[in-house]
Amino acid sequence: MLNRLTDSLDFQAQALSLRSERQRLIASNIANADTPGYVARDINFAQALREATGSGAPAAVLRASQPGHIGGGAAGGRAVSTLNFAAPSQTNLDRNTVDMDRERASFADNSVKYEATLRFISANVRTTLSSITGQ
Amino acid sequence: MSMMNIFNVSGSAASAQSQRLNVVASNLANADTVAGPDGQAYKARQVTFQTELMGATANDATSAGVRVSTITEDQSAGRRVHDPKHPGADADGYVTYSNVNAVEEMVNMISASRSYQNNVDVMNTAKTLLLKTLQMGQ
Repeated sequence: MLNRLTDSLDFQAQALSLRSERQRLIASNIANADTPGYVARDINFAQALREATGSGAPAAVLRASQPGHIGGGAAGGRAVSTLNFAAPSQTNLDRNTVDMDRERASFADNSVKYEATLRFISANVRTTLSSITGQ
Repeated sequence: MSMMNIFNVSGSAASAQSQRLNVVASNLANADTVAGPDGQAYKARQVTFQTELMGATANDATSAGVRVSTITEDQSAGRRVHDPKHPGADADGYVTYSNVNAVEEMVNMISASRSYQNNVDVMNTAKTLLLKTLQMGQ
């Protein structure tokens, strides 16, 4: 019974943790805007969420040679292979591929979507609470 | 709380940029220094940034901070001006000034201050989001 209550929250929780991970990744890109040779990275959010919630094929599966081994790519686990390299829009002399305009836009976009996910969770909790109290 | 790491990442970048600003300040301050008794004038300095991984594990590439790896001196020749009356003039009457290019330094300064602002902005947004996360479900 409790499982059914938390299952609906689980999807949003996965989305929230992926959003915070993407936020961290974009913050790293902005931090390294002046580092020579740094390559900007990003995650494919839709694919990462599918993998995290177990509704899609994971990009990388750990090899299980013994029956006791834990297979990778299970729900909640995220493979690093979903990290993508951003294609540079303009070439730079120091081989740095951070495009500040794009990074700032992604950062703002990701913050708004993070807040949206937070509100979804809050609304979900409020719905559950009101159904418990029955008022 | 993977978002807590944003403060480390952006903080390291802000610290590296302020170090760059510091170097620019000393370059600009020494723009008109003449050669000392050893004949060596001030040489412009330049910082080099390097990525520093700050994840929980050694090969976690998602949080990449910055640190200043080296500070190099510009080895080009200093500006030489013919001024025999100057106390620092050499036997031929030339005074050697530092090799600081004030225009380059100003550009460097603006770039450093913009990058610094960007990182402060990132930290502010992360702080707002974390505060909202703390109020989740209320």
